[in-house]
Amino acid sequence: MQNILELKNIGYSYHSLHGETRALQNISFGVREGEFIAIVGPSGCGKSTLLSIIAGLLSPEEGTIAVSNPDGSLHYPKIGYMLQRDHLFEWRTVYRNVTLGLELNHAMTKEHLDTVERLLTDYGLDKFRDKRPSELSGGMKQRAALIRTLALEPQLLLLDEPFSALDYQTRLFVSADICRLIRAAGKTMIIITHDLSEAISLADRIIVLSGRPAVVKNEVAVRLTLADSSPLAARNAPEFQQYFNMLWEDLTHENKPNQ
Amino acid sequence: MKTNQINEKNFSPNKRNLFRKRNVSRKEPAELTKQEEFVKKHRRHHHEIASWRTILFVLFLALWEISADLKWIDSFFFASPSRVAKCFVDQMRNNSMLAHIGVTLFETLFSFLLVLCASLLVATLLWYSPRLSEILEPYLVVLNSLPKSALAPLFIVWLGTGTRTIIVAGMSVAVFGSVISFYTGFQQVDAEKITLIYTLGGSRRDAFSKVVLPGSVPILLSTAKVNIGLALVGVIIGEFLAARRGLGYLIIYGSQVFQLDMVITSIIVLCIIALGFYKSIQIIEHQIKIRFKM
Repeated sequence: MQNILELKNIGYSYHSLHGETRALQNISFGVREGEFIAIVGPSGCGKSTLLSIIAGLLSPEEGTIAVSNPDGSLHYPKIGYMLQRDHLFEWRTVYRNVTLGLELNHAMTKEHLDTVERLLTDYGLDKFRDKRPSELSGGMKQRAALIRTLALEPQLLLLDEPFSALDYQTRLFVSADICRLIRAAGKTMIIITHDLSEAISLADRIIVLSGRPAVVKNEVAVRLTLADSSPLAARNAPEFQQYFNMLWEDLTHENKPNQ
Repeated sequence: MKTNQINEKNFSPNKRNLFRKRNVSRKEPAELTKQEEFVKKHRRHHHEIASWRTILFVLFLALWEISADLKWIDSFFFASPSRVAKCFVDQMRNNSMLAHIGVTLFETLFSFLLVLCASLLVATLLWYSPRLSEILEPYLVVLNSLPKSALAPLFIVWLGTGTRTIIVAGMSVAVFGSVISFYTGFQQVDAEKITLIYTLGGSRRDAFSKVVLPGSVPILLSTAKVNIGLALVGVIIGEFLAARRGLGYLIIYGSQVFQLDMVITSIIVLCIIALGFYKSIQIIEHQIKIRFKM
């Protein structure tokens, strides 16, 4: 399948009066269409920085990030970003929250609003359109946040440690639910997580970053033998523990020289 | 108490108790009385507080009146409730009291509204330009901690005596603090919410109108509550120095001609006005909270 995004030799440093902190160094990988990629790494290694660069919120100091067209011009996919918390605005109804992106882009066209309608119905939020976010359950809020992101019809979704504000049990269900919906919508996804089980159960490929400055330490393609491909079932797959141990080794060996 | 015991027993897996449970659940009035009891208790508490407040007020008035009658205090200097009432009625009769109240009310409300608009505008500019706010920070701090009554004589020289000076004096007391509170409020808005606007393709202006402003409504309201009191302080200072009308003028005039009844009457009217302002903003706050379900 074709790459929808290519990162080539991405480097980034933070600057302060006390000196330069190298966050990312020589990061290169491609993202294929429809692929689910998880990025794991020790905390503070620059995972969020990498995601901000992919989202276009920061520009890389070194390297390029785009897809070259056959004619040599650069092409960049439309990106949707989901933050750690849902950030639904309490002063807006659920409907006005999910259409916020369209409002900001002056894109309240019938076509887009029809998409929103369809998503509201599909995700069971139709009845709650005039309610306030505080009247929704944790899972419903995440679904509303997903509709807000999907309304702009992005090709690539970025999730920065999503659901980390939820309690463990809710998180298991919600992350499975949201990823199922994203897969059903045929989107590509990059998810940052510090939870190895989550990475294995959700992703097709896992990119392991080293400690600061972060380089790509390992890339693991995840192949699980499963009856159904739900993330909850994935945790019971026979290969699950092997993958877990492999990633665990990668991350812990990393930390030893520093100690 | 009795219902409690029965309910506890219901939890033991006992046939006789299961039978009893059915009886109890059918007896809804027992549940209702508990709720009623709670409501009653709640109401009683409120009545108690209200009656103590009234008793304190009446006692104070009675003590004041009696000590004036029995010459424990000199009613020439300390007045008495009856003298205050008489003074108020006299002033009402020749219409001057209403005019004075009207002038003070108008000046306070006008400077309050100007403070609100001006500080909202300045705080917005400061939010838009972090550089500007960094440059202006020490000036704002100094102006805010300056005792504003020190400025009043300058205003008189610059603007003359009259309504204009008094409104400016009223503004000067509240405006700097208000700019600082609004700006601090704007800055306290969750940075991730602003990032969300950017990820959805919005501009800094969108971030302000969609997140910062609606998210700061509670702070705007609480600042407004403080400001209306401060505007009243400024207006009275202004009236002390540069007015021919208004309650501040009445207080100064009364003290100069040794009509202390008039001074104390004006002060009591000021108390009522301050209470009225506070209550009105509280009602507005309540309405907004209901409207936006905050």
